[in-house]
Amino acid sequence: MDLQGIWFFLWGLLWAIFFMTDGFDFGIGILYPFLGKNDFEKRIMINSVGPIWNGNEVWLITAGGVTFAAFPLAYSIMFSSLYSGLMFILFALILRGVAFEFRGKVDKKSWRNIWDICIFAGSLVPALLFGIIFANIFQGLPIDKAGVFQGSFFDLLNLYGLLGGLLFLLLFIFHGSLWLSIKTGDELHERAISNACRIWPLLLISAVLFLGASWFFTKLYNNYLANPILFLDILLTVAALFASRFFLKRKDLFKAWFSSSIIIAGSVFFGIIGLYPDIIPSGISPDFSVTAYNASSSPLTLKIMLVVVIIFIPAVIAYQAWTYNLFKGKVTEKDLSYDEAY
Amino acid sequence: MDVVMLSRMQFATATMFHFLFVPLTLGLSIMIAIMETRYARTGDKTYLSMTKFWGKIFLINFGLGIVTGITLEFQFGTNWSRYSAFVGDIFGSLLAIEATAAFFLESTLIGVWVFGWRKLSPKAHATVMWLIAGASTLSAVWIIIANSWMQHPVGYVLRNGRAELSDFSAVIFQKFAILQFFHTISAAYVVSAFFVMGVSAYHLLKKQSIQFFTSSFKIGLMFGLIFSILTAIEGDTHGVHVAEVQPAKLAAMEAHWETRTRAPLTLFAIPDEKNERNFIEIGSIPGLLSFLGYHDINAEVKGLKDFPREERPPVLIPFLSFRTMVGLGTLFILLAIIGWLRRNRLLESPLYLKVMVLSIPLPYIAIEAGWVLAEVGRQPWIVYGIMKTSDAVSPLASSQVLVSLAAFILIYGLLGIAGFYLIIKNATKNPVL
Repeated sequence: MDLQGIWFFLWGLLWAIFFMTDGFDFGIGILYPFLGKNDFEKRIMINSVGPIWNGNEVWLITAGGVTFAAFPLAYSIMFSSLYSGLMFILFALILRGVAFEFRGKVDKKSWRNIWDICIFAGSLVPALLFGIIFANIFQGLPIDKAGVFQGSFFDLLNLYGLLGGLLFLLLFIFHGSLWLSIKTGDELHERAISNACRIWPLLLISAVLFLGASWFFTKLYNNYLANPILFLDILLTVAALFASRFFLKRKDLFKAWFSSSIIIAGSVFFGIIGLYPDIIPSGISPDFSVTAYNASSSPLTLKIMLVVVIIFIPAVIAYQAWTYNLFKGKVTEKDLSYDEAY
Repeated sequence: MDVVMLSRMQFATATMFHFLFVPLTLGLSIMIAIMETRYARTGDKTYLSMTKFWGKIFLINFGLGIVTGITLEFQFGTNWSRYSAFVGDIFGSLLAIEATAAFFLESTLIGVWVFGWRKLSPKAHATVMWLIAGASTLSAVWIIIANSWMQHPVGYVLRNGRAELSDFSAVIFQKFAILQFFHTISAAYVVSAFFVMGVSAYHLLKKQSIQFFTSSFKIGLMFGLIFSILTAIEGDTHGVHVAEVQPAKLAAMEAHWETRTRAPLTLFAIPDEKNERNFIEIGSIPGLLSFLGYHDINAEVKGLKDFPREERPPVLIPFLSFRTMVGLGTLFILLAIIGWLRRNRLLESPLYLKVMVLSIPLPYIAIEAGWVLAEVGRQPWIVYGIMKTSDAVSPLASSQVLVSLAAFILIYGLLGIAGFYLIIKNATKNPVL
């Protein structure tokens, strides 16, 4: 495996971890107006991700930063082509982040309502748009010879793009419900479980549609057909999908959530494996595609970054796992009594 | 307006807004860590109250710093894609290292600090704040190394139509980065110091929680005194280096047109760029510019006329921002010295206290002026001597950038008002003791 190939895989891994972690934060933010029936319950919901959402979000910064460092041409074309979509995501993330912090600082219903809208919109928009964006990347963007995007934001809202958006939305809502069921008790806990049960069949349908649509709208399956062992990723993802339901029914909630993480990772890698060696296939001509080989940094940079990543990423995973563990257990009224709690 | 101008305005808006919150995070995290450590060691509850009081303000400020920072990482790609493709081999790695080494630690631990009071011992909890302070500082190191590379590119070769890394240690250890880092971090500590002193002064004027705020004031004072002096010393050292490697910037910030030895420093001027002279010049101190730039009164200082027109920075903005920064910087040293002399008689110094309250915004103005100088003085280059800003933008429609710029101004404006309101609300509240 060459340097670019290794980096291609790492790049995919970072996006996968971002979606596995901030994914349930998005899910909880989307469920927020529906499952949180009063102020107390809303606070429980946001405090269930309170200690960890910020650390989770940094996986996005890192995924973006690594795109820049390892594949600067891809970063440059991706971010400028997807300008409007990324701006929407950016503003959503800004509002969500500030909302968590500001919501509890003034004891007025009107103040809380504004930030509640920001939490909801700030979670819904990224969930949907990341799905739409990645589906469009799998499909190929209209990139010309000069790497210029020959389309508009609305071109992203094609059928396959929207199916991707729907899939991500359902994945994150499901993931968020499971997290919530682990972190809460009483009615909120029950609502989270029944919500997860209701979402699951929709998720199954959406996954099947997406897998099927990928056959018609993308060239992803070419890699799989050439190397059938790669189908294991799809099989693993589908297995995780059924496992999550199995564990959910048995109220084995952590295993269900863990399976849900695997579904998300597997879905991201379904695309990553299928894309290789392209990072952004060009819908205009394969000659204009941005690949791991024509977009990468110099070997020196790739080597240095590899050392950096080998040192720091395991360390980050370790201390983030430590944090998750420190805050394990259900969020209770006592936790809300802190001055600093959300 | 074209895409270049709109993108510049957007970048300026985004960075200057972000930079309203970063300096306070850098300095206040350390001051809070000091307070919390004193609590952990002595058990004195006043220090716990101080930690919580300043901590509340810190968290509001920190939150805004984080979200406005995401914008910047995106913006290199969204609006400056040609720059990103050209320098990504070097610049991209520096940003990625900033994220993996610093942002992760900072953002993960802030959750632990906020929510972990009952889960960790007082000493462990205080350690978390020290680590947050360390991580923020580390983040500043990497981003300044990145900016320094734009100002003075080293350790690279031009190959494959882009800048490619040839010597990593040359990039990360270069003199420009070291000087720029120490100067900027000291300035950030001055912002934090004057914030703490000013808020404390407000309460001391009202004779509220006197011991609490005298203690807080003195912590701020220690920082203010040490770092206002250091900022000036490092500023001079950095200035000498800028004179050496960015002579056009020196000429611009001094509105200095004619190359000459024993160059004078002009206190105030209004430049006439078209005619390569100054409309007005007030207060000329002979030889001072040569001395400041080269520590040699007889040194030759290149004038703007020596540089081709297309390679000259704008003159008025660097000139005014430099004077603003230095003038205020000098004032900070004076105010800190006065504070030190009166530190045990603060309650008997109401005029001084009032001045300190009103001075809270001044270091913010100075630090922003400094950054404006650094960036506008580098123009027309985005990477000094290698790439022009006008060649660096993304292939976007100006309407796209106009809309996003308007959105930034609107949303940042509203968030700024909300944040400002919350910070004032919490800063003026009498603390629970």
